[in-house]
Amino acid sequence: MVCKKNEAKVHLTQVLEGTLKKVDLCEECAKAKGVDDPMGFSLADLLMGLGASQELGHGAGAKEAACPACGFTQADFKKTGRLGCPECYQHFSDGLEALLKGMHKGPRHTGKTPHEPRHGAPAGQRIQALQKELDAAIAVENYEEAARLRDEIKSLRAGAAKPDPATP
Amino acid sequence: MNLHQFLRPAAEVARISGPQDQIVMSSRVRLARNLVQTPFPGWAKKPDRLKVCSRIREAVEALSQMAEGFHASMEEFSALDKQVLVERHLISREHAAKSSGSGLVVSRDEVLSVMINEEDHLRMQALLPGLQLNRAWQAIDAVDTALESALDYAFSPQLGYLTACPTNVGTGIRVSAMLHLPALVLGEQINQIIQAVNKLGLAVRGLYGEGTEALGNVFQISNQMTLGDSEEEIVERLNKVVAQVIEHETDARGLLLEKKPKSVFNHVGRAYGILANAHSVSSKEAINLLSLFRLGIDLGLFADTPRGLTDELFLLVQPAHLQLTARDKLSAEQRDFHRADLVRGRLEAVPRPRPPAAGGAGTLDKPA
Repeated sequence: MVCKKNEAKVHLTQVLEGTLKKVDLCEECAKAKGVDDPMGFSLADLLMGLGASQELGHGAGAKEAACPACGFTQADFKKTGRLGCPECYQHFSDGLEALLKGMHKGPRHTGKTPHEPRHGAPAGQRIQALQKELDAAIAVENYEEAARLRDEIKSLRAGAAKPDPATP
Repeated sequence: MNLHQFLRPAAEVARISGPQDQIVMSSRVRLARNLVQTPFPGWAKKPDRLKVCSRIREAVEALSQMAEGFHASMEEFSALDKQVLVERHLISREHAAKSSGSGLVVSRDEVLSVMINEEDHLRMQALLPGLQLNRAWQAIDAVDTALESALDYAFSPQLGYLTACPTNVGTGIRVSAMLHLPALVLGEQINQIIQAVNKLGLAVRGLYGEGTEALGNVFQISNQMTLGDSEEEIVERLNKVVAQVIEHETDARGLLLEKKPKSVFNHVGRAYGILANAHSVSSKEAINLLSLFRLGIDLGLFADTPRGLTDELFLLVQPAHLQLTARDKLSAEQRDFHRADLVRGRLEAVPRPRPPAAGGAGTLDKPA
């Protein structure tokens, strides 16, 4: 049930990416969502779950304003379920935030970053591995190697703490 | 060089083996990337798409991985060529609908394929036989890293790689394994498995991806969420889940042989009977029967028949590949005749199935 007020009369079953989704709507909600008219049913909603096309509009002032970079509008998103250009993510960020939250594991990217040296493992694991090497180097009194490892750990720690502007 | 001179024959493709390929038919890792300050392909005007396409093609063709590779603009392909590429899993069905302004680059070994101006500016994949998700990720990661120095990607520290569809934003990664699960289907456990896999946030799809049915008991398991986890974490999750599904399928095969040997032999025997004798077979029927034939080989019912034969036929009976083996353009009815002739001919050399003798069962040591 969407409005949780009236009796659900329209039962919509969709197979979305292999999962069965069932939505029960009352007649009014069905009309409002365009479910009674299959052509009017927003592709964004179909692709990303009911409410996706509304979600984008919640951003302050985003309702009318087109993306300054490419001219894409909320209505276009509603129609296609795709954005116009990379800048759209910035322009529609308020509405997208809730949408992304619902569809992904977390709100922040934690994977690969262009032009950053690849360590194949999160910095924490890399630091742990280096720490072990450092202990081993000290054990055999290889202080030159130990100093190099110490500096590498230091710079990794600094790097891990730095690029996090979104953390309050 | 045209496409057909470039692509390896189906028999050769089917002969390449990989780890766990009794159940895992292939492993694939795909990355979505876009250029900075450039409209996505679906929103870009044609002149922009053409510009982007030639710029990206230049960068991709220059990669060492693409030496002696194949490259073309999508309008150079006939409808048949495009369908062949779909059947080989080298392009998506969406990309097959593209024309000028979109392109394709494939590596000499057909492991790497880069679609240009599909839904995103770049869709690059590594496709390997058997269960090799880590290797596929490493291969495509290397391509992506090499391209970084030539192309400016749209990237945000908060949201990662920016993609046309918000469902791909972040890592832009889709990790998938193609599994042959006949025993779980015959044992009616497949729905439970699909539900369990879905609960873990992974998708289960059919042979050709999104919105396709699971022909031939072939299922594709892939991640859905792309933001919040690292690429390695996503690959690892897939590895774990696929390992579990392999275990369930193996158990289900053992159980079928132990509890319902007659039913299994009946399914396999009937499949063989039709494939070896029919004079008209649709592609759907052929694929479903070949799946049972493949199961029969795995269970040791066809002692000396290599599994490669079913995998080759699996490819050859599909509409575009079948058309390629015919001299004239075939009607739907002629296709079914031609398909049956082809399969019947190839099965002439295959002796009738025999229940495995004690101790002689291919991979299972508990014959009925």
